[in-house]
Amino acid sequence: MGAQSGKRDYSLTGLEGKRAEERGLVSAQWYTTSIPRQRMKELMKRKDGPAIRDTLIWFGLLIGFGALAVWSWGTWWSVPIFAIYGILYATPGDSRWHECGHGTAFKTAWMNEAVYQIASFMVFRSATPWRWSHSRHHSDTYIVGRDPEILTERPPIWKIIAMQLFHLYGGPVELKRFLLHSFGRIEQHESQYIPVSEYRKTFWEARVYMLILVGTVAASFYVGSLLPMMLVVLPTFYGNALVLLFGMTQHLGLFDDVLDHRLNSRTMYLNPVLRFLYWNMNYHIEHHMFPMVPYHALPALHQEMKGDTPVPSPGLFAALREVIDALLKQRNDPSYTIVRPLPDTARPYMAGLPENPYVRSKINKYMKAG
Amino acid sequence: MTEKNTWVLACGADEIDAEDVVRFDYGDRTFSVYRTVDNEYYATDGYCTHERVHLADGLVMGHLIECPKHNGRFDYTTGRAKRKPVCVDLQTYQVKVEGGNVYIAL
Ligand code: FES
Repeated sequence: MGAQSGKRDYSLTGLEGKRAEERGLVSAQWYTTSIPRQRMKELMKRKDGPAIRDTLIWFGLLIGFGALAVWSWGTWWSVPIFAIYGILYATPGDSRWHECGHGTAFKTAWMNEAVYQIASFMVFRSATPWRWSHSRHHSDTYIVGRDPEILTERPPIWKIIAMQLFHLYGGPVELKRFLLHSFGRIEQHESQYIPVSEYRKTFWEARVYMLILVGTVAASFYVGSLLPMMLVVLPTFYGNALVLLFGMTQHLGLFDDVLDHRLNSRTMYLNPVLRFLYWNMNYHIEHHMFPMVPYHALPALHQEMKGDTPVPSPGLFAALREVIDALLKQRNDPSYTIVRPLPDTARPYMAGLPENPYVRSKINKYMKAG
Repeated sequence: MTEKNTWVLACGADEIDAEDVVRFDYGDRTFSVYRTVDNEYYATDGYCTHERVHLADGLVMGHLIECPKHNGRFDYTTGRAKRKPVCVDLQTYQVKVEGGNVYIAL
């Protein structure tokens, strides 16, 4: 596999964005598996029941473990209890943020919005800017120079990945943005995907976040203990490990600059506990291809699509092993890409799409090398 | 409807399920034609105003159509944008049902 010449510019304001446009990769048509309309309508159907149940369980667990954490404060018991509390805070915080941002988790719109706003604060993602960032991620998934949610570049930046185990890279970046937004300013790269009409909302949300943050810090000072911050602000840092590990499995090691989610996204199997925490986002090819299908219908969608998609990774560790192996190889050969073979029943990669010479040559090159 | 408009046959009234949408192409234009649970018919431009994605692959819920790409929503009876990331309203067209067929005014 030939090494890519030079390091690419992953910023949204550099030359790569323009190049992606010239290559026909911007807001382009993506491959979709063909599913009969009647079945698709069943799968897209919205319900309140599953998300209400899951939200009650989630908040119930947070209250329960939060109470245990307070009780254990000052003893060694607090270490494992806070570890569980942190995972319960940040991991579903991330997945609820995601699903409610799509507006598919609940049938009732205000329920999606309420959980979205709460979860956005919990995982330190400004609700409005990240809604737009995530739309761009779906338009131009892993298109270099366009997608603001590429987890790491080629070759990987290990320092950032290591820092993200405790949200020490993204957390401070977001804190800085909260501050900037609350003073009525936005970063230059954000102006690439947030419409001006959304700025006002962005600024007011940031002011509310800052109020909660300052209030929690003040409460800690008032009671002379870190405990309030351990319950409200700090879990987004000390509970972030699983968010990172799940996130790393979604796209890393696979193709960039293609228009077929089977090439750039990874589906893996998980046990029911992890699927509850992650709200079925392990069905990631399925989610990207059909973002209209709510999380609770993704296992059924997977059954519908599995004849047309690569064999899923058998579990989180297998997926991570594959990712880390690819990232290590990308250190020396940034173009290293995992090619996941399709089952015999599948349509070929990019089938039915208008021919795109750049994507075609890229697929051919890596398929041959893989 | 002005005098310049002509009624164009879009589809048979039964070709659209209740609370659903179908695509109708006419020349180089494309439309989405809707049927409500109360068997009322509506038509809008085919593509979402956010990006060039056809709404006929979306989900109809009451008077709303949800776009299949980023879950933006429109009220298809008025064309009003109802959920981000759509910000721009959708063009609507007058519709009539005659002899079991749906016509839209172009
Ligand atoms: S293309 Fe319709 S909401 Fe984005």
